[in-house]
Amino acid sequence: MEWTEEGVLLGSRSHGEAAVIVTLLTAGHGRHAGFVHGGASSGQRSLWQPGNRLRVAWRGRVAEQLGTFRGELVTAHAARVLDDPLALAGLAAACATLDAALPEREPHPALFEGMTALLGALGHEGWPSVYVHLELGLLQELGFGLDLQQCAATGVRDELLYVSPRTGRAVSRAAGEPYRDKLLALPPFLAARQVGTVQEWLQGLELTGYFLERHVFWPHNKPLPPARQRFIEALQRFSTTDSG
Amino acid sequence: MNGPEIVRMIQLLAKLPGLGPRSARRAALHLLKKREAVLRPLAQALEQAADAIRTCTVCGNFDSVDPCTVCRDERRDSTTICVVEDVADLWAMERGHVFSGRYHVLGGTLSALDGVGPEDLNIDSLVARVRGGGVREVILATNATVDGQTTAHYVADRLAAFADVKLSRLAHGLPVGGEIDHLDDGTLSAAFKARRAV
Repeated sequence: MEWTEEGVLLGSRSHGEAAVIVTLLTAGHGRHAGFVHGGASSGQRSLWQPGNRLRVAWRGRVAEQLGTFRGELVTAHAARVLDDPLALAGLAAACATLDAALPEREPHPALFEGMTALLGALGHEGWPSVYVHLELGLLQELGFGLDLQQCAATGVRDELLYVSPRTGRAVSRAAGEPYRDKLLALPPFLAARQVGTVQEWLQGLELTGYFLERHVFWPHNKPLPPARQRFIEALQRFSTTDSG
Repeated sequence: MNGPEIVRMIQLLAKLPGLGPRSARRAALHLLKKREAVLRPLAQALEQAADAIRTCTVCGNFDSVDPCTVCRDERRDSTTICVVEDVADLWAMERGHVFSGRYHVLGGTLSALDGVGPEDLNIDSLVARVRGGGVREVILATNATVDGQTTAHYVADRLAAFADVKLSRLAHGLPVGGEIDHLDDGTLSAAFKARRAV
């Protein structure tokens, strides 16, 4: 069995002295793990860094095997953001969340495109909004998509301010006012398809975090990845030092 | 074929870095052949090390005294602390004679995959050292990896409250003897970012 495809490295774990076991997100093979001979060696360590886009060749005797990867670098996203604390935190959070949430070997080409978009946007203005959209896409791909385009109660498409924590559907100002304490905030940038502000990104992360925890992580008795929480904390610090 | 003592010896040797079962057998055979010259002194040295070596409560280094020799050395610059991931990094810097200040060993890096969080690293003790006063600069010498730099940024955030303490990190870029056409894109990119006037 053998295939070649481009993928984004989600995680890398040491195995023995010089080898690593990596997981990649590919368009055609989904989240796929593999063994890399010499992946922790000085010559290859920079290649197998989370966020890097690689062209990999997977080989295994049978499809069920862990198999081995060989790879070459396409884009060194990790090196590009090493000096940017917020972007690095975002990259680590995205990799950790996808790695923990996605089932193995189940193709999700839309998520691969979303991750590619995020990696390309990292460090540019408004990139955290792309991160929030990636997590919305993750929920969608896993079957728990949110309906943020029209009010669940009245059907209107304007003044959508809330999201029902039970159904994941948007609720308008008028319909949600009596229950505002029980509803989640819908940040305006999601409804209006704008870039948004730091506070709105934090609201967006709270929204996606709620549904990720409820539908994806809690059923598997797993917490949300700590790297995601560190990204939120970095964004909160960023909001106090910069208006975004 | 071999007695249980030899089998156990080979099994334990095979756990050492750089040794597999085959090389462990070779090492065991060599030790047994050189029983008086190598095996007994080695066994004594290992026993003494197991009894005497401890982790420095100040910096996390290994030494037979606590605080360690580096922390006790009055000639070293106590106003500068170099933060490293592992004792191996500390030893590498000492081998190179590149730094004459004090160290702090974190004991690893934050790692999403391995579930290593801030509470698993010696970060609180670093903050306490800085809070104790007398520190003018903290050099973050973690690896140029995603985990290493994520840890460095986290430590920098924890130390940001100490306004009078300068925070710096090691440069990234061209290695000595490195040829540009053999460098990976990431290193080249870092080298361009860190360029300076000549």
